[in-house]
This record gives sequence, C-alpha cells and structure tokens, in this order.
Amino acid sequence: MNIGQSIIEALETLNGNKLRSGLTILGIVIGVGAVIAMLAIGQGAQDTITGAISGIGTNLLFVFSGNHIQEVRNPKPLTLGDAAAIADPFAAPDVLAVAPIIEGRGDVTAGGETMSVSVTGTTPQYFSMQNYSLLEGDFLSQENLQGNASAVVIGPGVADKLFGRRNGVVGETIRINGQPFRVVGILESKGGSAFGSQDNQVIIPFTTAQTRLIHRSALNEVDQLYVQVVSAKAVPLATDEVKQILRQRHRTPVGVDDFTVFSQADFLSIATTVTGVFTIFLGGIAGISLLVGGIGIMNIMLVSVTERTREIGLRKALGARKRDILIQFLVESSMLSLIGGMIGILLGWFLGFIVGRIAAASGNPFNPAISMNAILLATLFSAAVGLFFGIYPANRAAGLEPVEALRYE
Amino acid sequence: MAKDWVIQAKDLMKVYQMGEVEVRALAGVSCDIKRGEVVAIMGPSGSGKSTLMNILGCLDLPSSGKYILDGEAVETLGDDQLADIRNRKVGFIFQSFNLLSRTTALANVELPLRYAGNVPNKKERARAALVSVGLGDRISHRSTELSGGEQQRVAIARALVNNPAIIMADEPTGNLDSKVGKEILELLLALNRDNGTTLIIVTHDPGIAAQTQRIIHLRDGLVEEKK
Repeated sequence: MNIGQSIIEALETLNGNKLRSGLTILGIVIGVGAVIAMLAIGQGAQDTITGAISGIGTNLLFVFSGNHIQEVRNPKPLTLGDAAAIADPFAAPDVLAVAPIIEGRGDVTAGGETMSVSVTGTTPQYFSMQNYSLLEGDFLSQENLQGNASAVVIGPGVADKLFGRRNGVVGETIRINGQPFRVVGILESKGGSAFGSQDNQVIIPFTTAQTRLIHRSALNEVDQLYVQVVSAKAVPLATDEVKQILRQRHRTPVGVDDFTVFSQADFLSIATTVTGVFTIFLGGIAGISLLVGGIGIMNIMLVSVTERTREIGLRKALGARKRDILIQFLVESSMLSLIGGMIGILLGWFLGFIVGRIAAASGNPFNPAISMNAILLATLFSAAVGLFFGIYPANRAAGLEPVEALRYE
Repeated sequence: MAKDWVIQAKDLMKVYQMGEVEVRALAGVSCDIKRGEVVAIMGPSGSGKSTLMNILGCLDLPSSGKYILDGEAVETLGDDQLADIRNRKVGFIFQSFNLLSRTTALANVELPLRYAGNVPNKKERARAALVSVGLGDRISHRSTELSGGEQQRVAIARALVNNPAIIMADEPTGNLDSKVGKEILELLLALNRDNGTTLIIVTHDPGIAAQTQRIIHLRDGLVEEKK
C-alpha cells in the first residue's frame, strides 16, 4: 500500500466523521496558532527594541556609576570632573564629545494643562549625539548652560498636550515643578523607544537642573555620561580610554571598577537576550496548549481503534501486515495534526496581525513578525505531535490478533 | 502428488487457556483437501469448526500439528508471512459480509490488491471481479447502499479478486433469506465449476452441505468423516 493511497484513505475516513475530526483538529489549531502568535509577538518586540537601540547610534558609550556584574563597595558617583577628564582630547583621543546627564521626573504646566514628563538636564552636545532635529527654535546653547538659564527644549508630545499645537510655541513660558522656563525649541517626533517615549520629555541646561530641579547629594554629581566616539570602529578603543581615566580618577586602578561602560552593542545583546527569554517563555506556554491538542489526538485515535476493531481484523484477514495497519493509523493522526497545523499557522498569523493593530492603535507601533523558522517549527512540531501521540493507538491497532478482532462486536 | 492437495493438515491441535482451564478446541484434526474440491465443514456449536477454519485460513496458528497450504508449511511462518499467505492464497467470505462501510464496492474489492503490493491494473481487475459476480451496475455504490445479497456478492468478488488457491466461506448465507442464500450458494458453486476454485464452506445448514462433494463433520474437536 503506497503512501499516497494511505493519505487519500485517511482523509476519507476523517471526512466520514467530520465533527469528531474537526474538534480534534481544533485542539491542534489552537495550539499551533498560539505558538505562532506568541513567537511572532516575541519576535516583533525584539525587532522593535533592537530597532530603538540601533536608533541611538553606533558610536555612543554610556557610562554609569556602580558595577552591574560584580559587587563593589561605596561606588563613587560620576561627576562633572569625570566628564571634563574624558572630554580631554589628549587623555582620550578617540572621544569626540561628552554629555553629562541628570534625569528626573517633573510636572509641567502651561495654560492650565499639566503633564508628568521626564526632565533631562544636559549640555548642548547631547542633541547632536541623539540625532535630534527641531520643528522650530534652537537647541540649548552654551550660553544657556553657562548662564544657568531657565530655557527648555520640549518634545512634540509635550507641545501637543500643553498648547494643542506644535508651531509658534517658542517663546512661551511653561512651569516645571512650579518654576518658569522659556521654551527655546521643539523637537521633532522620534516615537517610542526602549526607554519610553522620547516625545514626552523636556530638556533643560545641566546647570539649571542641578541647582534648581534635580537635587543630588553632591553638587557636581551626574547620573550618567554619554560619550560620543569618533567612529563606530573606535568604540573598543574609546571604551578602554574611558575606563582608564575613570579608574585613575576613582582610585581603582586595581580591583573592581566602580563604574560601568556600556556600548550600543552591549545594550543590543542584553535586549536580545531578554526578549529571547521572553519569546521562549511565551512560546513555551503556548506549547502546552499544543501538547494538550496532541493528547486530544491520542484520545480520539484510541477511540477510533476500538471502534474499528472489526475493520482492522478484516484488513488483516485480507492480507494487511502489521506495518500496513500501523501506517494507516499513523497517517490518520498525522493528517489531523498537519491540517490543524496549517490552519493554526493562519490563525497565528491573524492573531499576530490583530495584536499589531492594537499596538498601533494604542500608539506603540509594533510589528509582530512571523518568521519562516516559526512556521517550519510549528509545522514540524505539530506533525511530530501527531506522530508521537498516534504511535500508541496505531501500535495497539497493529498488534490486534486477526481472529480476536474479527470476533469483536 | 503435492500438486493435487491444496490443504494437507495433520494432527492439528488448538488449546486455549481460559484462566485456569485448558480448552481443547481442536484435539488432533487431520484433513486433506484436493484442488478443485468443494467441502463443507459441519458440526454443532463448540465443535471447533470456526477454530479449524481460522487455522486453515491462516488467521491463527495451531498449537501443534502440521499444516501445508498450497505447498507452503504454515506453522513455521511469522506474522507478516501469514499476512502474505492470507493475501495471495486465501479468500474469505464472512457471515456478516464485513465490507468497509462508506466505501464503494469497487474500493472494497480492490482492498486485497492494495495489500498485495505492486499489482498492475488494480481497478480493472476489481471491476472484472465485480462483473463476474453480477454486480457490473453497482460498481460505484457504497456498501451501505447495497442489499444483503449484493453485499455478499461484493464480498465474494473481494475473495476471488486475487485468484486465491482456496475460498473459505463461514456461514455465507447465514444472514440472508433463503432465496438470496440460494443464489449466493449457486454463485459460489458456479465459481468452482467454471474456474475450478477450491471451496470450503462452514455451515449449519444440511441443505447447503448436501450440495458439496464432501462433508467433514466435527465433534468435540475431532473429525468424524462420512460420505
């Protein structure tokens, strides 16, 4: 008996019991659909996050206080002095610019509207590092910095909320935590990022932030340093230079560093690891439903074997070998799972599409990506489920004694 | 001489273990059947006729004894070889027809050919077999759409499609009314007359047994042969 013939016969048998076959297939459809959708969502999240991280530029370093890998006692905070030392072109020839940053949250108000935003205090170098562009006005200037000016550059989301427009806002006054600031520029929209929407932020001069808004224990303490490297190629070199300078300044030439230097590649690899774990987790949970679907197949095939005992006996009397019966039942269970798998892929694609739509509607554009790998994986896995859970019932059928089976009522 | 005998069975024993008790379904049956013979196996229930037929039809193996079917010693064969023997040398006809429901007459008759491996012209041969039992106009009917007599004709076509050495019929007319039963018996006897097919019929009905050439009477697992 050849396989093509077996498949046709299996399909005819399944067709003869439509409701039962349909329900069994449904179990697999849901399982495969869930796996596909979850993998797609995980992949989409990964793409979005890595895309956002890639958007911050390949030639940036981020320096934080503290060590995230090894325990370190009393880490010294980063200071403006550290920033100035790194910016020294003789000590660190591969560093192009340094921007110190302190961050906090604040309430901005204007014309009776209030919103909670992230407040960043930094230097003018920050804008070019972040590839920001302006809708109108100017970035913060060196004079703003030196003069402790009450000037602010706002994100387009803030302009929308406070003024309901993005034009002609320059020159207006807003209050941050009650203190008046003059708007000097409006950023162009950059959309969401791994660190929250960049559209809902305000940027003020570092000096102003330090003295008036965001208080730190030491006057010249900063939260982190953005370091721009001359080229992407020079990132490892610049990393070493920055580390060298900070070790000297923090007096930790030997022993554990009390600071951390991250490059974009580091962020990318961390984000990829995290989203990978997240994807596996989601896929694993979805896989459980596929397993349940497989048990459904086994159940139905066992019922089917019992029901068709006489038929099996007859087939054996007509010359069917053990293998023929085994193949017949295995093909049937594989057909159930394969059909379920194919419909499940469509369902998963559809679910992913819906999730993407919902994400887009809620303002976090996000594309669930169905990879060829996910489809292959789900198809193979569902066929394997059919085979695996079909083996026991098929074996049972094949092992029936012809005389006993023919006598079965 | 071996050419002339389709069946040579010597001292066939079949012992079933029913819990603690051993049941001897066959207690040493010997019988030889010539090619082209029509033989009836008769006996009261429990006499071992079904067991004998199962063994002669290679559905079951004897506990002891020698059995040669069409020149092949059967008692030494494995499951797959037995399946092949059943496929090539034996055609079965059952009391309850045992057709696959929801399947056409043609597909039913084709079934043994499918298990036979690479047989050319399966469809044509199955069709020819159906025509030979007088069902040329019922080829694509499903078995549930056929009358009892027609179903048994399909079963006969299925039994002879592979040109077996022997056709075994277990109460072939048991589920049919007497008129149709007579037709089916006629058909079987005609097969024997026209093609020389060896025929073994297990039956309760003395009227059927009377039309065969030889009757093997079984009682308590033993043969009492008379003619």
